[in-house]
Amino acid sequence: MTFLELTKVNTFYGLSHILFDVSLSVNKGEIVGLLGRNGAGKSTTMKSIMALVPPRSGFIRFKGQDIKGKDPYLLFRTGIGYVPDDRRVFADLSVDDNLEIVYRRNGDWTKEKVYQLFPPLAEIKDRRAGHLSGGEQQMLTIGRALMGSPELLLLDEPTEGLAPLIVKALENQILQLKSMGISILLSEQNVKSALKLVDRVYVIDNGRIRFEGTVKDLETNEEIKKRYLMV
Amino acid sequence: MDTGALLFQKILSQIFVGLSRTTILFIVSSGMSLILGVLRIPNIAHGSLYMIGAFMAFSVSNFFGGGSQGFWMALLLAPIGVAILSLITERGIFQFLYKREHLMLLLLTFALSLIFGDLVKLVWGAEYKSVPVPQVFHGHLTLVAGIPIPLYNLFLLLVGPVVAILLWLFVNKTKMGKISRAAAVDRDMVGAVGINVSRVFAAVFVVGCLLAGLGGVLVAPTVNVTLGMDHTLIMEAFLIVIMGGLGNIWGALIGALIFGLAQSLGILIWPQFGIIFPYAAVVIVLMIKPTGLLKSTW
Ligand SMILES: Nc1ncnc2c1ncn2[C@@H]1O[C@H](COP(=O)(O)OP(=O)(O)OP(=O)(O)O)[C@@H](O)[C@H]1O
Ligand SMILES: [Mg+2]
Repeated sequence: MTFLELTKVNTFYGLSHILFDVSLSVNKGEIVGLLGRNGAGKSTTMKSIMALVPPRSGFIRFKGQDIKGKDPYLLFRTGIGYVPDDRRVFADLSVDDNLEIVYRRNGDWTKEKVYQLFPPLAEIKDRRAGHLSGGEQQMLTIGRALMGSPELLLLDEPTEGLAPLIVKALENQILQLKSMGISILLSEQNVKSALKLVDRVYVIDNGRIRFEGTVKDLETNEEIKKRYLMV
Repeated sequence: MDTGALLFQKILSQIFVGLSRTTILFIVSSGMSLILGVLRIPNIAHGSLYMIGAFMAFSVSNFFGGGSQGFWMALLLAPIGVAILSLITERGIFQFLYKREHLMLLLLTFALSLIFGDLVKLVWGAEYKSVPVPQVFHGHLTLVAGIPIPLYNLFLLLVGPVVAILLWLFVNKTKMGKISRAAAVDRDMVGAVGINVSRVFAAVFVVGCLLAGLGGVLVAPTVNVTLGMDHTLIMEAFLIVIMGGLGNIWGALIGALIFGLAQSLGILIWPQFGIIFPYAAVVIVLMIKPTGLLKSTW
């Protein structure tokens, strides 16, 4: 049984058809990369899974259950954590309250544990989230998702716009999450960073999956890299 | 006593009148602002709930014999009655409409206010009702400069800050309050961290409407409880909310203060046209700060 499985998902924004028969899967304990250029459909795929933009057709199964049509809050409660590309911290609340208000599925993750993973956050607990730097906001959105003790994390371009040093730290933290048994679907434009982390990759372009395989497969496939990833 | 001192006395006593009016205005418009800020519903029916609160106060007070006991029971039960009514309205109608445009919501709540008005007429009839001031609040207290202040007004002056503090605690210290502050800005993201936003909205709506009901009960002993009392109030409440900054409950407090004081002092300055002063104040405030005095959540 695959952990997360999308089958022929089609998603629209109003009349514009964005995702075309997208199929992909994530196994337990894996980090799977979803690579693609600007506007390729990475974020839309994430939002389709989280039901923020519900797909019009296709199937999405998580832990063997059909989850299509369920509300986002129920998906979170079944164990899917979502970290959006534009971060969307709750700007009016303090860092601590951003973590505090999240629905807790069980006691696995606590604020203390989040602060251990992201020590800089512990020092700015009381600061309003709207006043944080990009890196701090990214830690906070990941920490926020972790508060629900997710089994699957949807990380949408987590390194976008961050300084190299912070990207490095974040990569380590993502690997730590994997070692804790959390499965991750990671979308990236930054192919180099992504390939260091992932077990398998999908390449998406124009709303269609163009390639699927291991990191090695992709690295040796110049054609795909050139056409869809600009590397 | 010379005329200067007399004038001073008059001004001071009008300020007290204005402040007790402020209390009512603040309680009602803070509830409206809360709903506007979090649920994004410009609820015209908010005034109707205030009116229904006052009518319910009349019934409850009557039921308990009309004396002091009647008043206290009304203070307890009428807001709860209004809260229940609002919960039914929210679950029955509003919860399906959060994604609609504001104009549509405005029209809907206007329709609802007409329906509530007719319901009140059906249940309570068209005549005036009055709710007696409880025994303990009969009489005056002379505080400063020999000005006698009706005890009930003094009571209102106490209730205002108590409500403000409770509201502050609700919004800033409870989980529900924090969630609603987050949902005011990004309700989808709040849903995506496992929170059933629909429930939160229901709770916030009920809290806001409870405040309308409370305002209605508190005003009841000072006015004739009558059909149409919703109209004046909803106008004033909207202006106060706009003046304070949409969705900002502290803005509602400041707006209510300005409105209440302009009302009471205006009567002193120009008795025949006192009514224009609060509206002039609104115009001036909005000319200086078009988006309202405090930060709007819109
Ligand atoms: N809210 C929206 N309404 C209409 N079209 C949209 C909307 N959001 C995205 N799109 C379109 O959908 C397509 C896919 O966008 P998406 O955000 O999924 O791409 P992406 O791969 O995440 O890109 P990026 O790397 O820039 O984040 C784009 O053509 C985009 O213009
Ligand atoms: Mg994106």
